[in-house]
Amino acid sequence: MSGPVPDPAAPLTPSGNLRRRQIFSRVAESGATVAAIIAVAVLGIVIYTVVSRGAAAISFDFLFTGTPTGIGPAIVGTGLIVAVATAIAMPLGILVAIYLTEFAGSRMAGPIRLALDLMNGLPSIIIGLFVFGILVNHRHQSGFAGSVALAIIELPLIARGTQEVLLLVPGSMREAADALGVSRWRSVLGVILPSALGGIVTATVLAVARAAGETAPLIIVDSIFDGKSVSLNPFEVVPNIPVTIFTLSEEANPEGFTRAWGSGLVLVSFILFASLGARALLARSKRKMPT
Amino acid sequence: MTYPDSSQGPVEGSAAVPPRFRIQAPGVESTGVGARRELGLEAVFEARDVSVSYGAKKALGGVSLRIPRSRITALIGPSGCGKTTFLRSLNRMNDSVPSFRIDGQILYHGHDMYAGNVDQVEVRRRIGMVFQKPNPFPKSIYDNIAWAPRNLGMKAGLDERVEKALRGAALWDEVKDRLKDSALGLSGGQQQRLCIARAIAIEPDVLLLDEPASALDPIATKSIEELMHSLKGRFTIVIVTHNMQQAARVADQTAFFSLDSSAGDPCGTLIEFDDTETIFTRPADPRTRDYVTGRFG
Repeated sequence: MSGPVPDPAAPLTPSGNLRRRQIFSRVAESGATVAAIIAVAVLGIVIYTVVSRGAAAISFDFLFTGTPTGIGPAIVGTGLIVAVATAIAMPLGILVAIYLTEFAGSRMAGPIRLALDLMNGLPSIIIGLFVFGILVNHRHQSGFAGSVALAIIELPLIARGTQEVLLLVPGSMREAADALGVSRWRSVLGVILPSALGGIVTATVLAVARAAGETAPLIIVDSIFDGKSVSLNPFEVVPNIPVTIFTLSEEANPEGFTRAWGSGLVLVSFILFASLGARALLARSKRKMPT
Repeated sequence: MTYPDSSQGPVEGSAAVPPRFRIQAPGVESTGVGARRELGLEAVFEARDVSVSYGAKKALGGVSLRIPRSRITALIGPSGCGKTTFLRSLNRMNDSVPSFRIDGQILYHGHDMYAGNVDQVEVRRRIGMVFQKPNPFPKSIYDNIAWAPRNLGMKAGLDERVEKALRGAALWDEVKDRLKDSALGLSGGQQQRLCIARAIAIEPDVLLLDEPASALDPIATKSIEELMHSLKGRFTIVIVTHNMQQAARVADQTAFFSLDSSAGDPCGTLIEFDDTETIFTRPADPRTRDYVTGRFG
């Protein structure tokens, strides 16, 4: 606050230490801008590398036949594992979110939210070891064990994402439903969930995208397959893309490496389109939400 | 502090009620029914020394009044005087506020509303509420009305019920050709009438209106007021408003709430409750007179 008081009659050009302050401000702004550009560039470079190296591997045979020519069974297998995982995690996650926003008092909601956030931060290899211990040890590897591990990864994402959109449903909707003498659960089903449906689907799709690429748990619980065919029985070992990428990249054969990039391209395309689709859906449902 | 007779009168029940408290609306069959009390009309609500606190903050204290059946009762007063708090206590909407606490008694047709065996859902089934801001569901016009009856098992003749509710809320002619359209496409005034239609579709006993016209323009306000006139008789209506002219136009009796600082922290309380005409022309309490003549608030 020190410094000379400007002469009111002086021209309106920078005076005092304003020039220095402006330079400082510009430097800080440039730093932040560069950081943002780097973040976007990293994503761009990763995608560019995956596309440029993987595109060569993509062919009809690559997508629709088994080893050694293609990864068809792994694509189907990843779809199966993730579908089962989502079938487990989605109802649970939505119910958890409903409990948090509609029924739990703040005393209960806080610790549960914290638990979900901690669960979200669990290293996936730990989840893999845990599932190995309860479902694989003394038995055998299975797609189902992989699904359980991925469900544990998806659960907090779906629960927190759903909770966020349920909180966006205006309190006036709950009051309106309450004032009509309808029980809370009916209000949840009839008014609150439909208002938040777009956001719930979005949260689920993002969780699916995340789970589809998880590798560590699958290496432990669902990795010993030849990739020639796929059984639709999840209690058998089910081939999957992440482990296929890992295995191919470990091969001494350079062609294996190209196919690893090709598999990566398949996975990344799936995740990108799922995420972008989810965002679009969320934007649409937010526009439709009452204020 | 001492309260004027009119706010104490109804509590004491029988003979002590001053004559000016009698409801004198013309054309009311108020005689010859034994159950009716000195008030001249059967009370739907009877508040006995009701106090409400949110945590350590006392929002309302010492309210005693009787709200008669099939009449419109207005609650007026400056902001923060507890009138909405009192209204929301009448259908237990405050229960969802974590730190809410109520003392005293509110009787609804003689039953203690806050007794342990009272179910909130049942309370609201009988005592409907319309809020300050129109809050239609993001559903079609038809489904807005039909949703609650469906959930309450009133599935027979649903179309007729929806039409009757919309006619009752003077909205039918405007929406009959677009019942399947989203309710969010209606104007504010139409949305508020839709909310009233939604509330009367389940045939409640009482309608609580919390400043139902405060978010509306004068024309929409007028239609809401006309609607209230047409609904009285079918329902007991309690309306909170800070628009005094509105109270004067629609209400049979008016309760004036204000802030009272005599016991330390300011706290809302009932100052005077009487026929609307009396409140606006010959109020007993100087604070009421100051308020209705526009000297404060």
